[in-house]
Amino acid sequence: MTANPVVRLLKTPRWSPYVVGTMLGVLSWITFATMNKALGTSTTMVRATGAAERIVAPAHADNTPYFVKYIGTRAEPNAVVDWQFALVIFLAFGAFIAARLSGKVRAEHIPDLWQRRFGGSRALRYSAAFAGGIILIIGARMAGGCTSGHGLSGGMQLATSGWIFMGAMFAGGVPTALLLYSGLKDKGGAS
Amino acid sequence: MNAWFADPTTLVLGAITGLVFGFLLQKGGVTSFNVIVNQFRFKDFTVLKVMMTAIIVGGLGIYGMRAMGMDIAMHVKGTELLGNALGGLIFGVGMVLLGYCPGTAVAAIGAGSRHAISGVLGMLIGAGIYAEMYPWAKAHILSVGSIGKVTIPEQIHLSPLVLLVPLAIGAAIVLPRLAGSTRANPDT
Repeated sequence: MTANPVVRLLKTPRWSPYVVGTMLGVLSWITFATMNKALGTSTTMVRATGAAERIVAPAHADNTPYFVKYIGTRAEPNAVVDWQFALVIFLAFGAFIAARLSGKVRAEHIPDLWQRRFGGSRALRYSAAFAGGIILIIGARMAGGCTSGHGLSGGMQLATSGWIFMGAMFAGGVPTALLLYSGLKDKGGAS
Repeated sequence: MNAWFADPTTLVLGAITGLVFGFLLQKGGVTSFNVIVNQFRFKDFTVLKVMMTAIIVGGLGIYGMRAMGMDIAMHVKGTELLGNALGGLIFGVGMVLLGYCPGTAVAAIGAGSRHAISGVLGMLIGAGIYAEMYPWAKAHILSVGSIGKVTIPEQIHLSPLVLLVPLAIGAAIVLPRLAGSTRANPDT
């Protein structure tokens, strides 16, 4: 163990949720006060897909109002890669650095909890993840945001939309989790 | 205007914010599939602890700075009662099936989760599907109960700090009593 407390902290695999929550709150003060931005992520998926459509089917993208709303048209484009897009890309790097400092970053194909309930089929896990991704982004865009935009940013601004979203998210997620994982015996003390 | 990239300053600021955000999500344990799914099974309240703490600290800071006269713009999203509620319900189902939300999925890829890549590909396809159904959703869902960019304190005519302080006290009492994750195994 190194003696430097900062290095030791950076190498600690898991921080207190209260410390992490506080730092996320402070990060939001900084983005609000100095960048005039609120944390969010799901709009980036729309921008990315809209940009891909602009490349493969430009006329269709120009005629799809939802894409035009964010990235404009070829004639009058808005930048595809904006503040939030850069944020989303660098989320992966930030998490990689955090994981790497804690030790070796190992590839996870099937999480432990999933494996205990649904077995070791990669095809099944990847299919479920894919379907889950489709479903959740349709929900996020219908709601106008996700856990970061509505949950964190909306929640801290006490936005009515954010708190409705969070309640609904649990109302949808809890029965789904209880149904999917019913009958699963948890390992002694593991969670 | 550049059709692809915003100005470099904006991009660098976004990148730094993402770097810190992703770092914190991983250290907080919320890039773990098990932690997220177990929140919805009420076995592990790490997600709730992180979120509520961020909301309270963020809220006290943002409203506090505004109360001190600092010029800080709000970024309140519009309330569309049916869209927020139905979208949130659908989102919750998808989030449990995937085991991540959009931000934590991208962060989880960095932390080694390979199946999260499949989830993010699904999100990109889902964004295309929603773009196709948007005119219908706009006409039939988003218009129902659309009451603008409102906040709870505005609606009930209270100071935001009058809501945030009791919320903070309640959280300080309740959250520590809820189960956390095992520290020995950060992936559990």
